[in-house]
Amino acid sequence: MTTEILTAHAEGDESSTDVFGFWLYIMSDCILFSCLFATFIVLRHNTFGGVGMREITNLPYVFKETLFLLASSFTFGMAILSMYKNHQSRVIGWLIVTFLLGLSFVTMEVNEFANLISEGHGPQTSGAMSAFFTLVGTHGLHVSLGLFWMLVLIIQTAIFKLNPTIRRRLTYLGLFWAFLDIVWIFVFTIVYLMGVA
Amino acid sequence: MNKFRHILSISLITALTFLLSGCQFAMLNPKGIIATSEMHLLIDVTLLMLIIVIPVIILTFVIAWRYRASNKNAKYTPDHAHNTVVEIVCWSIPGIIILILSTITWISTHKLDPYKPLDTKSKPLIIQVVSLDWRWLFIYPKQHIATINYINIPVNQQVKFVITADSPMNSIEMPQLAGQIYAMPGMQTKLHFMANEIGHYRGFAANYTGDGFANMVFWVRADDKQEFNKWVKDKQHSPHKLTMAAYNELSKPSKNSKRQYFSLPEDNLFNKIIMKYKKPAPHLTMTSHNIKVTDR
Amino acid sequence: MLQNLLFGKLTLDAIPFDNPIIMGIGLPVMVIFALGFIIPVTYKKKWKYLWKEWITTVDHKKIGIMYIILAFVMLLRGFVDALMMRSQQALSVGDSMGYLPAHHFAEIFSAHGVIMIFFMAMPFMFGLLNLAVPLQIGTRDVAFPYLNSLSFWLTVAGALLVNISLVIGQFEAAGWLAYPPLSELAYSPGVGVDYYIWALQIAGVGSLLSGINFLVTILKLRCPGMTLFKMPIFTWTGLCASVLVILAFPILTVTLGLLFMDRYFGMHFFTAAAGGNAMMYVNLIWAWGHPEVYILILPAFGVFSEVTATFCKKTLFGYTSMVWATIAITFLSFIVWLHHFFTMGAGADVNAFFGIATMIIAVPTGVKIFNWLFTMYRGRIQFTTPMLYTIGFLVTFAVGGMTGVLMSIPGVDFQIHNSVFLVAHFHNVIIGGVVFGYFAGFIYWFPKAFGFKLNEKIGKWAFWFWLIGFYVAFMPLYVLGLKGMTRRLYHYSAATGWHPWLIVASMGSLIILIAVCLQILQVIVSIKNRNLPAYKDVTGDPWDARTLEWSTSSIPPFYNFAIIPQVEHRDDFWRKKQEIKAGHKPPAPEYKDIHMPRNTATGFIIAVFAGIFGFGMVWNIMWLVCLGIVGIFASVIIRSFDSNTDYYVTVDEIKKIEAEFLHGEVL
Repeated sequence: MTTEILTAHAEGDESSTDVFGFWLYIMSDCILFSCLFATFIVLRHNTFGGVGMREITNLPYVFKETLFLLASSFTFGMAILSMYKNHQSRVIGWLIVTFLLGLSFVTMEVNEFANLISEGHGPQTSGAMSAFFTLVGTHGLHVSLGLFWMLVLIIQTAIFKLNPTIRRRLTYLGLFWAFLDIVWIFVFTIVYLMGVA
Repeated sequence: MNKFRHILSISLITALTFLLSGCQFAMLNPKGIIATSEMHLLIDVTLLMLIIVIPVIILTFVIAWRYRASNKNAKYTPDHAHNTVVEIVCWSIPGIIILILSTITWISTHKLDPYKPLDTKSKPLIIQVVSLDWRWLFIYPKQHIATINYINIPVNQQVKFVITADSPMNSIEMPQLAGQIYAMPGMQTKLHFMANEIGHYRGFAANYTGDGFANMVFWVRADDKQEFNKWVKDKQHSPHKLTMAAYNELSKPSKNSKRQYFSLPEDNLFNKIIMKYKKPAPHLTMTSHNIKVTDR
Repeated sequence: MLQNLLFGKLTLDAIPFDNPIIMGIGLPVMVIFALGFIIPVTYKKKWKYLWKEWITTVDHKKIGIMYIILAFVMLLRGFVDALMMRSQQALSVGDSMGYLPAHHFAEIFSAHGVIMIFFMAMPFMFGLLNLAVPLQIGTRDVAFPYLNSLSFWLTVAGALLVNISLVIGQFEAAGWLAYPPLSELAYSPGVGVDYYIWALQIAGVGSLLSGINFLVTILKLRCPGMTLFKMPIFTWTGLCASVLVILAFPILTVTLGLLFMDRYFGMHFFTAAAGGNAMMYVNLIWAWGHPEVYILILPAFGVFSEVTATFCKKTLFGYTSMVWATIAITFLSFIVWLHHFFTMGAGADVNAFFGIATMIIAVPTGVKIFNWLFTMYRGRIQFTTPMLYTIGFLVTFAVGGMTGVLMSIPGVDFQIHNSVFLVAHFHNVIIGGVVFGYFAGFIYWFPKAFGFKLNEKIGKWAFWFWLIGFYVAFMPLYVLGLKGMTRRLYHYSAATGWHPWLIVASMGSLIILIAVCLQILQVIVSIKNRNLPAYKDVTGDPWDARTLEWSTSSIPPFYNFAIIPQVEHRDDFWRKKQEIKAGHKPPAPEYKDIHMPRNTATGFIIAVFAGIFGFGMVWNIMWLVCLGIVGIFASVIIRSFDSNTDYYVTVDEIKKIEAEFLHGEVL
């Protein structure tokens, strides 16, 4: 979200206030995910005679997916470092790399979903599958939105250069991206690892 | 103390009955052991809280009147904002009351747990209850009979309800006999109770389930053992048989709330009703659209 | 095919031409309301003014006013629903079936609950927060003014969806929380539940953003010297309510989202079969729903604290206790949700735990009541309308709190759960607590918002009618609950003996109707006489109050304070007034340029697209859905390219404005 702050007495605090607001948004998103995790844990054994997590988990594939996302976090970190050093073109470069890594992650996930559905294990089959698709899909949707946002920021960085507003927005996206990474670690553990265990 | 409480509650009830003569107070006129305890609990707790609520209300009026702006004789301390003793008292009075209430709650909740069989020697009469759209189906598995919107139970014998639903979530309540418990599709809940007096008692659906909900009323007839047995024998010879096919017909939405009686050739009907939500029926592809499409 | 593409599920059949109540009364009233707004605005050529000064505004005071107007409009709508329910139950006994069919009755009781909680109480609360909080903490606006305007317009979009459902399609008929499986496609095939889902999702996002906005505002933008424990109590309650909003509303979003998944994609979160679990919905919705109750009541408590201190001319007693009690309630409100369904069959240990946790809330609440009483004690109580509401609240809330504790005991709850006793209880605390509190706050801050006071005489009459009407309408419901009357009945048999009580209750609702008419009259009379000295507030401090919002003029200039105040104590303004009385002279003001945000239409436009999106989702009109989504994204992106979002007010301009305001020449 693009927000601007109005402060008369606390000009210096401007960006800290903004980042705090964004933090709170992430906290609320965190609660959203916790609810989805709770739902998944309640429903994951309700397979209604259909397949369960064990049958549908392809651990090596998911592991590859995970690596893409983790790598994208690393490259985003590089972009932020370049931002601190005022290397505009490097920022854009790293962002593009991040974007491609994120896109690969999303593509792999869409592919996984498409396979499951074509094999007849779609989200309509049982409570467990509904919960699986919704939890993982919500994370995927977040990543996709993040990618879209990244695209906009790449363009804006090119146009506006690294002005304070763009820096602030890059910080937001960085927070968001790191947050999605952490959520994915939980998805990987709770959905996939515990699914095969 | 106990006696005092008894007298107090009796006088409270008599006062209310006089005040509202001609009306029945289902909850204050219990005819079963569970409902009686629940009423006593309600009255005890109300009295306990009135100890604090009545003074607060009186104090509000007294203070408001005494310190009205036009009363220049009253003391005025504009900066009086803090008094440790008073504040400790403010926290501890409600604290003590709640401590007492918590103890009562802990004990009574365990005593009145609807899943817990009553402390009586009699073996419970088991009745399986199914909430349909919009009727109550009662199955007597041992007696091999089933009824709609009416049950007969022997007085002074423990009854165990095993409850499910073949409709949206509902709740079954008989205020003069026992409090309510939810009826949920694919699940079963339990309720133990006992009637202590011969009579007719009203029961009803308490959780909204759709258009026909208001008429989902049933009656409980508590009778002595012989009469109950006679009734059972009579219904066992009912020409209407509750086969699976008959059940499927019965479970369709209907606002018809007439009493019906069936003999029960089908074993395990109750479990089948639960299980139909638990695993896929072979002849159906299960999606939410065609599990149960109602035409209303 | 084309029809489907263009209109989705929407056909002419969706409009209930055959329903005389909707077509004969509902629609005309809505049209009259709309025309009553559009015609005068057009006639007086005020559209441009409306757009520039109100629709695109980011000024928290104006947004607050708009929130409260929305709340009052929706209060009328929800109140009409209430009148219909009361009259149906008074008429529909034995052979008489009243005038409402079962399904319509169900839509009405569902709509009543949804409207009153989401579109009356929530907007009213955010309206009061907007009006008072930034002024109370001495800042110039909220932390994110543009987000604030977005939040408001999203709430409006949600409210509009609910009202559209009256004439296009139907509203849901599964109760205000839409428990599944009843709200699932199998049992509710119509669009009612979809309207419900999208109206609440859109408004819910607005509420969440407001929660974030106010938490940041209160934590980050307080004026110099105002530490947390020097904040006015209303701000404290706003802070706690914001925390609750941030923690609770995502849960609502998820819950409704999953219900949407079930209904649109045939998933099985809450369906009866295929491994769904409806109990999970009940748990989730109350994990939001219980904190929601405290989101509404805490700010009302805050209002009572301000009002009591002001009109008793006395420092609030036990400030620290008050704050800790508020914090305790905030915390406890998250561990009591199960008391809404003791009857679901959880074990005795679980039930007892949640019952006791619930009761413990009575302790901090009791402390608050004692503190208000001790504030009144040895004060000089002025019986203004807000003070009357406060005293009415103290008495009424004591009763409501008692029945609440009663219901928190599982053994008792088994009997009175789902009965009209419960209905009586929550109206007891919501009318006696929330509504009275908000009315008190409305009257209290009205002069600050508009520059003139409301007519006290009519206001007091309205109060008495509200109070008496409440008791006449709801005490019979307590009785009926004990007589075994369950809630949501459109018809009952004469043998139950309920009828006389329901007639009394319907009389009560008519008394409240008089109260509402008096309130409308009060506003009209006051507007008419606004320039009379008895009404006009030239001082900025009409009640001789204690907190910072009264230190600026009424109406405050758009930047609130020409100079950001410096605070040393609680009730700092009160102390400064005493010092001035004692002969101290405040230093001459030294102005500096003021940094302010520009108005923006983006919030409004996004909300329009959100409304389009919601309507498209309800009727499966894909092009509308796409239009909505693209529109929202485009608006956000276009806004992010706009760097001209703020400006400076120069010292000269400030001097001019200040001179004007000091002479009270605005309005």
